Amino acid sequence: MKCDRRSFLKLAGSSAACLSLTQLGVSLSPVRAYAADLKIDGAKEVFTVCPFCSVSCYAIGYVKNGKLVSVEGDPDYPINEGALCAKGAAMFTMTTSHHRVQKPMYRAPYSDKWEEKSWDWVIERIARRVKDTRDKEFVTRNKAGQTVNRIESMFLLGTSHASNEECALTHQFARGLGIVHMDHQARVCHSSTVAALGESFGRGAMTNHWIDIKNADSILIMGSNAAEHHPISFKWVLKAKDKGATVMHVDPKFSRTSARSDFHVPLRSGTDIAFLGGMIKFILDNEKYFKPYVVDYTNASLIVGKDFGFKDGLFTGYDPKTRTYDKSKWDLELDSKGVPKRDKSLKHPRCVFQLLKKHYSRYSLDKVASTTGVSEKNLLRVYEAYTATGTGTKAGTILYALGWTQHTVGVQNIRSSGIIQLLLGNIGIAGGGINALRGEPNVQGSTDHAMLYHILPGYMAMPRGDWGSYDEYNKANTPISNDPQSANWWQHKPKYFASLLKAWYGDSATEKNGFGYEWLPKVDKGEDYSYLFLFDRMYRGEITGGFFMGLNPMNSVPNTNKIRKAMDNLDWVVCSELHNSETTDNWHRPGADPKKIKTEFFLLPSAHRLEKTGSVTNSGRWLLWHAQSIKPQFKARPFGEMYVPILNKIRALYEKEGGALPEAVLKLDWPKAYDPEDLCQRINGRFTRDVVYKGKKYKKDQQVPSFAALADDGSTSSLNWLYSGSWTEEDGNKSLRRDPSQTKMQAKIGLYPNWSWCWPVNRRILYNRASVDLNGKPFNPDKAVIEWKNGKWVGDVPDGGWPPLASGKGKLPFIMHQHGMGHLFGPGRQDGPFPEHYEPAETPVDKNLFSKQLHSPCYKFVTSAPDVLAAPADPKYPIVLTTYSLTEHWCGGGETRNVPNLLEAEPQLYVEMSPELAKEKGIRNGEGVYIESARGRVEAIAMVTIRMRPLKVHGRIIHEIGMPYCFGWTTPGSGDSTNRLTPSVGDPNTTIPEFKACCVNIRKADKLTELAT
Amino acid sequence: MPKTFLIDTSRCTACRGCQLACKEWHGLPANKTKQFGWGSHQNPQDLNPNNYKLVRFSEHLEDDVVRWNFFPDQCRHCEVAPCKETGDLYREGAIVQDEKTGAILYTDGTRKFSKEQFEEIRESCPYNIPRRNEKTGILSKCTMCNDRVHKGMLPSCVKVCPTGAMAFGERGEMLKLAEERLATVKKRFPNAMLADPDDVMVIYLLTDAPENYHSFAVAAAPQSTMDRKRFLAKLARPVTRMTEKA
Repeated sequence: MKCDRRSFLKLAGSSAACLSLTQLGVSLSPVRAYAADLKIDGAKEVFTVCPFCSVSCYAIGYVKNGKLVSVEGDPDYPINEGALCAKGAAMFTMTTSHHRVQKPMYRAPYSDKWEEKSWDWVIERIARRVKDTRDKEFVTRNKAGQTVNRIESMFLLGTSHASNEECALTHQFARGLGIVHMDHQARVCHSSTVAALGESFGRGAMTNHWIDIKNADSILIMGSNAAEHHPISFKWVLKAKDKGATVMHVDPKFSRTSARSDFHVPLRSGTDIAFLGGMIKFILDNEKYFKPYVVDYTNASLIVGKDFGFKDGLFTGYDPKTRTYDKSKWDLELDSKGVPKRDKSLKHPRCVFQLLKKHYSRYSLDKVASTTGVSEKNLLRVYEAYTATGTGTKAGTILYALGWTQHTVGVQNIRSSGIIQLLLGNIGIAGGGINALRGEPNVQGSTDHAMLYHILPGYMAMPRGDWGSYDEYNKANTPISNDPQSANWWQHKPKYFASLLKAWYGDSATEKNGFGYEWLPKVDKGEDYSYLFLFDRMYRGEITGGFFMGLNPMNSVPNTNKIRKAMDNLDWVVCSELHNSETTDNWHRPGADPKKIKTEFFLLPSAHRLEKTGSVTNSGRWLLWHAQSIKPQFKARPFGEMYVPILNKIRALYEKEGGALPEAVLKLDWPKAYDPEDLCQRINGRFTRDVVYKGKKYKKDQQVPSFAALADDGSTSSLNWLYSGSWTEEDGNKSLRRDPSQTKMQAKIGLYPNWSWCWPVNRRILYNRASVDLNGKPFNPDKAVIEWKNGKWVGDVPDGGWPPLASGKGKLPFIMHQHGMGHLFGPGRQDGPFPEHYEPAETPVDKNLFSKQLHSPCYKFVTSAPDVLAAPADPKYPIVLTTYSLTEHWCGGGETRNVPNLLEAEPQLYVEMSPELAKEKGIRNGEGVYIESARGRVEAIAMVTIRMRPLKVHGRIIHEIGMPYCFGWTTPGSGDSTNRLTPSVGDPNTTIPEFKACCVNIRKADKLTELAT
Repeated sequence: MPKTFLIDTSRCTACRGCQLACKEWHGLPANKTKQFGWGSHQNPQDLNPNNYKLVRFSEHLEDDVVRWNFFPDQCRHCEVAPCKETGDLYREGAIVQDEKTGAILYTDGTRKFSKEQFEEIRESCPYNIPRRNEKTGILSKCTMCNDRVHKGMLPSCVKVCPTGAMAFGERGEMLKLAEERLATVKKRFPNAMLADPDDVMVIYLLTDAPENYHSFAVAAAPQSTMDRKRFLAKLARPVTRMTEKA
């Protein structure tokens, strides 16, 4: 019955969905004080999506006379079923708070106050600042003389708080202006996920989805605190547990996740590869792998060239001067037709399987135990329980998040899990996969729309100076496969690229002008424009101005003392925010003199989620529409209503005055006003002329039915090919679909194919053709995802619709990879084809038990004066610090600290430490302490807890402490940025910073100034 | 038929959705809280007029294994409620029981209780639940979301719960569910128990000894002096009334 979850009353014999009070015959007497009507009686119900983690729970805004009166979870939505966590539950007061930024505000250079301004005034002034900066500092050619058409001194950061439509728009905004320093939260939260999962399986996203976790027989939660950071995920984890699944939590701290797991295993931060490398060895030594899968669907059988080798912690091809590898040394051996050579017996000494065995032969239990601080007994406990899933009929899933991503070896942490899951045959199956628990509210969508310097929407490379033309770009970026069994899906890239450029430049993009490729900014080969390097350049005075949309880097970027000073060097900055934050108010931070800070600040009041319409994408790639419950309060606006008029004003100035490469700005197909529905349609894509596709006539400006219809001849446009099929002529906006119907087969695993829509092409479980044997029969018929039946696939949308491989007409299941196979050997990464344990950039030990190479030989760092690191095993900083979030606050806390009900639940910065360490340092629970690293000092309140355990590492005791990073000085007395301690070092593949492991010391505070006492 | 909550602590993740949803639904203001001198995730430290529901955190080591127990504390809506019994001695109708739902409700009339009378009411509660607003004098605690319940809706805390740690429904069904869940949970935790299931409308399923959750997880017997006081108060009842009338 429809309202089962809405009401608990048994409406016996009634077919009515919901009955009114009087119909139920309930008498309100004698309850005198509580007989009033409900505040939601007669209210309009509007569907919205919670603006925090990427579980993306649906909620209902109750609206009466245009006013929000309550917000509750949507009981019909199959993922959260009406539930919400602490943050979601606080959505009502969060939205209606008067603490919000209410009007556009302006802070003049050297001023000590904010001034209220009109929208027209700020838009005009911002447009002028942007144009002047762009005209003055535009770079037409780089040092090598290549045409690059970019502006390096202007940046745009943000944001995953924006809808898909706003992300698509701001990406176009940035590239239109020529911005290359573009990045957002995804860089610092899950960029390593995309690089690692992409390398392993072909796509960079969570492979399965939230509900599917219930199908697992074994759940390894590692590098994630799912119960706290994705609270609704535990609905599905516990459902699996109810059916007998083993839930294991491997993490430095015993958390709320550990409390509900079967057991918890503490390990030292930054030693995950050692732990997982030991598991890979265990699988290979004990033949726990699922052999048919490994042979047929992974690259285990491929032969690696003779140049490949590994010695003393380094792979072949290393150049210490550039700290990079020549990856051609890791090439596969090809036959005369250019197809990789294979040995399906897996015996060839240079086949991937044998190399893997050799590589991990060093990961013995004793070395792993001594490195990680995990006892051999506990190692075996996890290894045995988890690898029992390598049978074809059992499913094991891995849930991870920032505990893996935020390391100098972040990508390789995740790659290790990819190898494990491929060996066990756990990818593509129900209850399996690697569930990258994405964080930010729309971070899957903002990543897909690529608010990142290095890619364009839909995961296409950012144009480079050495790819001088549209044709050169396509040549360099379109893979070729000669293997008839490989689908090599990226061969279609030129169609997606051409359609993107058509969407950006409209009629001005023609085949003749390479669809406007010339106007795009180009980056330099190998140059890094991400957060760490942007702020380093800002510190050095090389950045003039830019945009911070819905993010708070002055609290959430490492080495915050440096970052805060760096911001003082800007001439102007635009912040779009809900509340004043450490970023918007950096000019009057503690210790700074506003009279000496030249920066012109524009603070634009942002609309809250309930005040906005648009789509977001959850971690499981479901596209979810949220409608506007109430009009933006005060003078707030959605991001779209800021960026559309700003660019229109800039365009008007270029029209009138000319300037640097005005075509790049003026040729954009840019809307007159922000219209989320129109943009959502443009993301899906349209035909640009009358076309017959698959026998059906489509008129100009009609929606394309799927990405298969996209073409490279200018006949189609699409702001993101992955989303083609989401809004079609035939079915309209599919993100609105609320139909719970499923076939019996689909219902068994909770697929919900008719509820909303997911990319790609509504395929709910990625790589699902690896869940069947060569004849298309499921390895595990009880939890089949797809099956070849009567000449067609049933169940989920197959990952490639070709018949089974045994037919001779089939294709290998990992269709986004050039060779169609899952990558045990991953030759595309900067730091090696196999994960290898290296110590964090700051480590309490001075040797690596696995090789002579202490740190990652490729990790990235910056070298300004404040970027100091403690020496390995530095006695001044003997304690490992890890940082994290907590349920009640969101990331840097800029939003949730301003919700009094949430601040009540977690009011002040604390440091979790073991009783043993507390005793050693003479610290008592609840006392103020100083935590110091080579970069800074932070005050916190000691939380002395048995949930932190001393670890035995390299034969001695090493202490680890943990701190949240959500507190900041704009919430007086709550504490200030924990990231004043963390270092500006990053993963070599994506430059994600190492927030999770650095070295500190701790002592009792003699005086507290940041914390209320 | 009265309603009953089942709170299965073996499923609680302490996400505090319930604690927050309760505040939001009832429009309760936030308290100023601190970690200084406290050092715990349990915030606010105790139930108070602005928090009818509070998730309590309690940790200890058991054979070197960490046990971290979460206890979403609230009024138990006793079948025969000592707070009401005590309150009735002084002012009948200030504390009422809704016959339909079984909810024990503190009405506006509770403001007329003196501070001493409130203390007596609080002491009489075996779970230490009643709290008094110092400014208004009104007594407060969980309302069972009685207004929602009358309209066929779940209490806010139950609806918001992500993991099914909280269930709500007809007493008979909840008792049955409690026994079923207990049987399941006992396989892993042989000492698991239901807290006072026969006496209260809010039944907790505990996996660990009650004292490892909270001092008042199960009914604490009122002190003997209190018994005496109550006994005396009962005798004096007509007199009290007469005094009032006079």
